[in-house]
Amino acid sequence: MANAVNRPKDTFRLGMLLYDTRYRSLTIQIVVFALVVAGAAWLIDNTVQNLAALGKDFDFGFLSMRAGYDIAQRLIPYSQNDTHLRALLVGLMNTLLIAVMGCILATVVGVIVGILRLSSNWLVARLMTIYVEMFRNVPILLWILLFFTAFTEASPAPAVFRGDEGQGLLLGLVAITNRYTAIPDIGVTRGLGSVDLGLFSLNLTFAAIVGVIVISLWLRGRMIRHAAAVQEATGRRPTTWWKSLLIVILPVTLLGWWMGVHLLVPTISGFNFTGGVNVPNAFMALWLALSFYTGAFIAEIVRAGILAVSRGQTEAAFALGLRPRRTMSLVVLPQALRVIVPPLISQFLNLTKNSSLAIAVGYLDLRGTLGGITLNQTGRELECVLLMMLIYLMVSLVISGAMNVYNSRVKLKER
Amino acid sequence: MSDTHAQTVRFVRDSMLPQAAPPAGQAGAVRWLRENLFSGWLNTILTVLGLIAVFFLLRGLVPWFAHSVWNANTLTECREIIAQIWGPDARGACFAVVRDRWQQWLFGFYPAHLYWRPVLALVLLFVALAPVLVPGMSRRLMAVSAIYPFLGFWLLWGGSMWLPVVALLGFVIGWVVWRALRGVSPLLAIIAAVIVPVLWWLLAAAPVDRALSSAIPLGIDAVRSDRFGGFVLSLTIGVAAISLSLPLGIALALGRRSDMFLIKTMSVCFIEFIRGVPLITLLFTASLLLNYFLPPGTSFDIILRVIIMVTLFAAAYIAEVIRGGLAALPRGQYEAADALGLNYFQAQRLIVLPQALKISIPGIVSTFIGLFKDTTLVIFVGLLDPLKGITDAVRASMEWKGIYWEPYIFVGTIFFIFCFGMSRYSMYLERRLKRDNR
Amino acid sequence: MNRTVFLSTLSIAALAAVAASAATLDDVKSRGELVCGVNPGLTGFAAPDAQGNWSGFDISLCRAVAAAVLGDGNKVRFVPTTAETRFTALASGEVDILARNSTWTFSRDTDLGLDFAGVNYYDGQGFMVKQDLGVTSAKELDGATICIQTGTTTEMNLADYFASNNMSYTPVAIQSNAEGEQQYLAGACDAYTTDVSGLAATRAAFASPNDHIILPEIISKEPLGPATRQGDSQWTDIVRWTLNALVAAEEYGVTSANIEELAASSENPEVRRLLGTEGGLGEMIGLDAEWAKRAISTTGNYGEIFSATVGESTPIGLARGLNAQWTQGGLLYAPPFR
Repeated sequence: MANAVNRPKDTFRLGMLLYDTRYRSLTIQIVVFALVVAGAAWLIDNTVQNLAALGKDFDFGFLSMRAGYDIAQRLIPYSQNDTHLRALLVGLMNTLLIAVMGCILATVVGVIVGILRLSSNWLVARLMTIYVEMFRNVPILLWILLFFTAFTEASPAPAVFRGDEGQGLLLGLVAITNRYTAIPDIGVTRGLGSVDLGLFSLNLTFAAIVGVIVISLWLRGRMIRHAAAVQEATGRRPTTWWKSLLIVILPVTLLGWWMGVHLLVPTISGFNFTGGVNVPNAFMALWLALSFYTGAFIAEIVRAGILAVSRGQTEAAFALGLRPRRTMSLVVLPQALRVIVPPLISQFLNLTKNSSLAIAVGYLDLRGTLGGITLNQTGRELECVLLMMLIYLMVSLVISGAMNVYNSRVKLKER
Repeated sequence: MSDTHAQTVRFVRDSMLPQAAPPAGQAGAVRWLRENLFSGWLNTILTVLGLIAVFFLLRGLVPWFAHSVWNANTLTECREIIAQIWGPDARGACFAVVRDRWQQWLFGFYPAHLYWRPVLALVLLFVALAPVLVPGMSRRLMAVSAIYPFLGFWLLWGGSMWLPVVALLGFVIGWVVWRALRGVSPLLAIIAAVIVPVLWWLLAAAPVDRALSSAIPLGIDAVRSDRFGGFVLSLTIGVAAISLSLPLGIALALGRRSDMFLIKTMSVCFIEFIRGVPLITLLFTASLLLNYFLPPGTSFDIILRVIIMVTLFAAAYIAEVIRGGLAALPRGQYEAADALGLNYFQAQRLIVLPQALKISIPGIVSTFIGLFKDTTLVIFVGLLDPLKGITDAVRASMEWKGIYWEPYIFVGTIFFIFCFGMSRYSMYLERRLKRDNR
Repeated sequence: MNRTVFLSTLSIAALAAVAASAATLDDVKSRGELVCGVNPGLTGFAAPDAQGNWSGFDISLCRAVAAAVLGDGNKVRFVPTTAETRFTALASGEVDILARNSTWTFSRDTDLGLDFAGVNYYDGQGFMVKQDLGVTSAKELDGATICIQTGTTTEMNLADYFASNNMSYTPVAIQSNAEGEQQYLAGACDAYTTDVSGLAATRAAFASPNDHIILPEIISKEPLGPATRQGDSQWTDIVRWTLNALVAAEEYGVTSANIEELAASSENPEVRRLLGTEGGLGEMIGLDAEWAKRAISTTGNYGEIFSATVGESTPIGLARGLNAQWTQGGLLYAPPFR
């Protein structure tokens, strides 16, 4: 195409739109664009006609009507008298919760299994291979159902924990029952209260803790950068480990001590546990199933990433006198991460999208509230499905955006 | 050593002692155990943990499987047999349901005397794929690959054989037009080769089909889509969607790598949109929204609608796989094509795509595995997939109401065999392709 | 090679595209088959057997309509629909009738653009609990954990019932009946709630049905009926009167066994009009004189259908209860055939 630039300028003819490489790409683009716009217009026109024929309108007013159904697990206050919009938000929060928790656990599982698959231990390596192949080659829907039912069948009823001779709690803190898993809650004696922000109410105690942690981490980052600068200048790295421990842990501990943070251990009263948080089994099953399913894929990615770093790299690092830990953090990991992170992003996205199967175990996420009960009660399928797609799309874009930022930090700096 | 002995001992052994067996700890099973299972404290802990896990799994599962009943007509009968043989408290599997209803999990409600048709379609699928998947296969089999879509469609749905023939004729006409006009103007030839077949399908195909069908009625029993279910449905949706999505995926991948801003933007938007939403929302679109988007009064088969949406879904993923293949090609290949004076389409067709597609085959296979597993989601729009659809339909009958694990185990096993086989094959292909490139 | 499938399916699509016009009756006649939206699997109401033949209470209604309109009870195509897709399938013309145990409610009848042609089964939501829980009334369920199927009217009824009785509960939402049964049996919930007919079927399939009781309280009205598209009153009339014919046949003692005899010899004018011997009622709804006779002889009258699919002689063992004739203390009351 470049050779066309040097042609002498001649008068414009219509045929040049097709034959002249200067104009051809423009022609193609305009034609394709026009076709796409025409297609979209056709779809919209059809929709308008169909809606009119059915006597329906395109109106999101139903979102402000009373929902009328209960949601077992909710992160924000909700009752059946709230609106469909509120139910949607509860569902969205549930989706986000399962996505974030799932991504974390899946990464942990994936990394451990990926490393164990390379283990010299024959039994462990075989078991991990069986795990990976079992999970990768069977539909996720089946795993979700199996985890759900296995959870109920294998765990005791809450009543088993009752009385003096009742079963003790796991580590004295956690009780896994066939209805829910009771975990300790964190209580404060001198909380900061909360402020109402319309749809949400912001818990100031929580915000304060998060704020302090963020500031400590930022300070620690500064200190590490400073240490690196000193090392660059003098060739001697100041000891930092106790300083960073201090910076990260001390302020939070002090804040916690001041606010009187303590664990609320679940105790059985009557037939059920109170005091802690009762996590429904639907959530536990979905969380574990999604994490182990995605973890199997991540394990393969991690294994491939580690194998991609040639053995010579490790040997060279040893020859330079680096210790194993620093070899890992300075030589092997940066190279492996470059291979691992891009497919990891799409696994995280897959997990988020697969969380829409939550309905199979009755966990009411976005698909269960907006795309399930709300859709079914109001009959607004066009609005509900389009809105659901839009929200999922935004969640995906946020996740892939955040991960791409991370990816650009670990990827090979090319000059 | 021999020096010292020479001065003290008169006798020097002149024949070798027979080799002694290695110490007990250094041979056979014991050595293997030590090296592979107990080579350090960490490994020992891992081994013990692994053994405990295996023990508990087996302890729960083995009795249940051992007490399985294969011959019974109802779940109640199963329970009675188990109680009779293994005592009243024994729990056992009732695989009699699989024996009674296995056809439904495999074929859905496909007429029993026509089971050979989906089976033959599956066998022919492997024949059609052979030139791609098996090295050194005769190129002549490509002819089978080319007509397979029509043959497979005809075998599955049946009906008049003229419908697929007339549809195929469209491509023949397109090719003839292209050959005829190629000398006149390549661009015109391409445009004509697209427009003439489309006109054929839209205007001429239906009357020609009707005329041929009434003149020479050749055909097999038609099977309607509502008879499809189980693995026949899963495979039909999976295979159709993957093969239909290939051309679209290639176009999107090329579009995404194109220098033309609008084309690139549109390709990226489409790909990211599809990849950003769960398949279930696209299935909802197929079943709930497509009726709004199409002209008033149009309504066609739900399976076809699902295939269309799943195709769009697969196209986005295939596009990313092929983009990876295109990116993996050395830059020199593109430059060489330019140096030969090939234009864009020639370069893509003759140099770039053949190589890029070859590299992409393993990725396409794993996309297919993922898609095949995802076809279980069609239950959410009322199609009878093997996992939930058929299983719940079987459970709704009075004979098998209350059965839980057995159908899942059966269906899961079949999925495992299919997907595991395909993933192993794609790994083999990957190794082979790697060697070819060196 | 691969583009071929795409275009060929598209051309098939163009060929297969059918217009869903307002006159459903003409569509059904020209198509030669009735398309009926059904539940993909609900014991006693709709389930395919080992050969793929559908049977059940809702299925029989579809067959009766097909027999009335097309003269053959087997000319029906059954389209499984889910809770989310059922009304859209009807509105878009994908199915002609929706006989999918759908509750007749105000908003569905008005806002969703459906018409309910009548009630073929009066159901209500109830609770099942384990015998050893010691609960005998739903009022004692305060604080209970309750398994419930999502996506239906059931969860709204449950929420309303507990709120109006000032009781609290923990819902364990379940997507399908199979998971619901499993969760309930494994003890994940104290009570299982769904329509009483469903509870009876579920209980009948348990290993020891007598360990479970269905509580006497019925917390909701669930009139289940066939739905048709709004704006096609002729078609709705056909469905409504086919259902009425089945009910009336039972009232007048017309069964599939004696129908020929009665058609020839009955002196009862109501029976004669019903069976088309006189009156010409069939023409008024666009069918022939013997439409109701065909429907009844294909599936039997309402009572026969009931006892063959869900009645006391089947494992489900439902009593007639509300679904008895008005003369027997039930709610079935067919308007006069005149």
